[in-house]
Amino acid sequence: MKLTIERGALLRSLAHVQSVVERRNTIPILSNILIEGDKGGLSMTATDMDLTIVERAEAAIGKSGATTVPAHTLYDIVRKLPEGAQVEFDGAADAGQLGLKAGRARFSLATLPREDFPSASVGDLPHRFQIAAADMRELIDSTRFAISTEETRYYLNGIYLHAHTADRKKTLRAVATDGHRLARVELGLPQGAAEMPGIIVPRKAVAELRKLIEEVDGAIEVSLSDTRISFAFANVLMTSKLIDGTFPDYQRVIPTGNDKMLKVDRKSFMTAVDLVATISSEKSRAVKLALKPGHLTLTASSPENGTATEELEVDYDGQAIDIGFNSRYLLDIVQQIGGDNAEIALADAASPTLLRDPANGNALYVLMPMRV
Amino acid sequence: MSSLCRDCLQEFGAVAKRCPDCGSPRVLSHPELGRLSIAHLDCDAFYAAIEKRDDPSLRDRPVIVGGGRRGVASTACYVARLYGVRSAMPMFKALKLCPDAVVIRPNMAKYAKAGAEVVALMRARTPLVEPLSIDEAFLDLSGTAALHHGSPARTMAALALEIERQLAITVSIGLSYNKFLAKVASDLDKPRGFAVLGRAEAAGFLAARPVSLIWGVGKSLQERLAADGIASIAQLQQKEEADLMLRYGAMGRRLYRFARGEDSRKVDPEAPTKSVSAETTFETDTRSAEKLAEELWPLCERVSRRLKRNGFSGRTVTLKLKTADFQIVTRRTTLPDPTQLAERLYQAARPLLKREADGRLFRLIGVGASDLGDSADADPIDLADPTATRRKQIERAIDAVRDKLGTGAIAKGRGFQPAPPKAKPPRAS
Repeated sequence: MKLTIERGALLRSLAHVQSVVERRNTIPILSNILIEGDKGGLSMTATDMDLTIVERAEAAIGKSGATTVPAHTLYDIVRKLPEGAQVEFDGAADAGQLGLKAGRARFSLATLPREDFPSASVGDLPHRFQIAAADMRELIDSTRFAISTEETRYYLNGIYLHAHTADRKKTLRAVATDGHRLARVELGLPQGAAEMPGIIVPRKAVAELRKLIEEVDGAIEVSLSDTRISFAFANVLMTSKLIDGTFPDYQRVIPTGNDKMLKVDRKSFMTAVDLVATISSEKSRAVKLALKPGHLTLTASSPENGTATEELEVDYDGQAIDIGFNSRYLLDIVQQIGGDNAEIALADAASPTLLRDPANGNALYVLMPMRV
Repeated sequence: MSSLCRDCLQEFGAVAKRCPDCGSPRVLSHPELGRLSIAHLDCDAFYAAIEKRDDPSLRDRPVIVGGGRRGVASTACYVARLYGVRSAMPMFKALKLCPDAVVIRPNMAKYAKAGAEVVALMRARTPLVEPLSIDEAFLDLSGTAALHHGSPARTMAALALEIERQLAITVSIGLSYNKFLAKVASDLDKPRGFAVLGRAEAAGFLAARPVSLIWGVGKSLQERLAADGIASIAQLQQKEEADLMLRYGAMGRRLYRFARGEDSRKVDPEAPTKSVSAETTFETDTRSAEKLAEELWPLCERVSRRLKRNGFSGRTVTLKLKTADFQIVTRRTTLPDPTQLAERLYQAARPLLKREADGRLFRLIGVGASDLGDSADADPIDLADPTATRRKQIERAIDAVRDKLGTGAIAKGRGFQPAPPKAKPPRAS
């Protein structure tokens, strides 16, 4: 294999694929990325067996070929090379080394044979649809903060994606919960998604996908079966295993009868919660909301730190109520709501609370109160 | 010098072999006797003493209270101790040393009742009673002299007599100026003892002792100290506080202070419960994952029952296993929410057990809940488990039935063991 590529293009692609590679690997080949040069250019593949990213970049190919080299070492080298440098790869198929030249710098990298690299065959992905990258960002951003890290309930360690029909309105829904909070967002159902099974996309795939589509404008081609999903866009093909489990029947925990309606100015509410939460103990992060018609008092206290109080004029005409929340969870949600105002529907101090953006019906959030 | 007769409670100034009043040889003399007010009271061979009390035929026989042939000796009476039997010794070893011992299955309800009676007698003397376990406690008697018309030493001697009279068991007392030394002292004159450690003698007394006497110095720290050339407290006394802290961190400060007989811990009557646990030793060692899981469920029920009864919830669940060769394995997991439900404890401990049940031979399994909080925080609505609330109600319903009709009245399918076939009733003729 012999090829030349501009340092900036190489770095961009390497940055994308190398983050899949775990820093510590017990299987040596998984520390490597697969580099393939052929007439179409250079393609780089990284995998952790569950998640695989293939990215193509333009390169001048002298002689096609393929090998694998340590991902993080190669990334570190390319990162340190001067801007605008031309990077040349040169390696014979069975030499066990890959030469790298840039300017007067020379490296010889240990390789492992490409045959050892796990094959990226994904099997049949019968369900296909297109979704705008901006929509995918909305699905992810509205829900990812609620993904659980609890190992025993592994089926919560991702975003549940499924087609939903209600009142003849068909939507694509994304849901995540960790038991304390739940986020649900829905968008119009893309063509071709109606028959898709409900799937759980693992946290790591969500995080990598989100990074990769940060600046993507066009559409993402999504293909899936009930065990795998792939996302194709620009020069990237990302494939991930899905979580093999059953997502809970979340619809049953979304309250429908919460009648105490509180409307707040989102920015000033966040500022106030964040301010009093400074006092909350590290462990509980509790803040108390004391509501009276037109008036909200936020308080926090901890035996170590002291007490804090802040008051806000709010839009509320229900019964007086005291209710506590984990301030971190509350802020995560209100942050995500995004619009000028946040609408909070309460039942009582021990029941799930509903939060949403009154100006955007796509997303809704459920938050469990805590005892204060 | 002050002296006290432990039988007639007469206090007098001179040192005497026998009480000038009643002639009893149980005379306690110490220069600081009137000035010490922190006591540690420890019941002598508590479980065995109660069994002997309730069955006088056992009085002169070696008695071991413990879990069958397989478990460990919970308590060995003083007769059995003559054969070398110690508490926490595996039963087979104890029986090898003392084959004639009468082995009695522990009757915890009975001991708990007696323990509570001892505590009640202590609390009648001072509110500052800090129970350490079912059969020992610290007492702070500072400022009670006027109330009881006598020094703390006299009050404690009177208490010991009253416990003997009312409960027919004996206790040993340590009296000093802090908790550390009081506890050390109560061990010096067992059984039916009363030992005093004063300020003047503390450092000298401690110097000759091993570092393991210090509270908090376990096996691993002891080994570390030994590796650093420190085996006795005398060697600790020669070190600078700063050096010890540099080497052992916060523990270094404790080593420095305790080695000098300084302990500023207060007697805290509300020393909080830190964990609730239950364990069981098998009749025969097992490597079967199913058998282990079967044993786990009733333990979870026991822990759950105690959490509920005492108004606690626990957030950390710990699984404990002991291998046939006495290696202790503990594995823990933290729940997303505090619980007091047997079901949750079981669901949390089960995967821990699954990982450990790899074919090793185990002799004991236990489960515990810690990171305790209020029961009002237990098992809130779980957004990721819509059926949890219903299961919580089921468990509450089972509890209610059991409270009314007894533990055996109702059981979950998981805990169900078919009853052994009963002998046929005699046929009416």
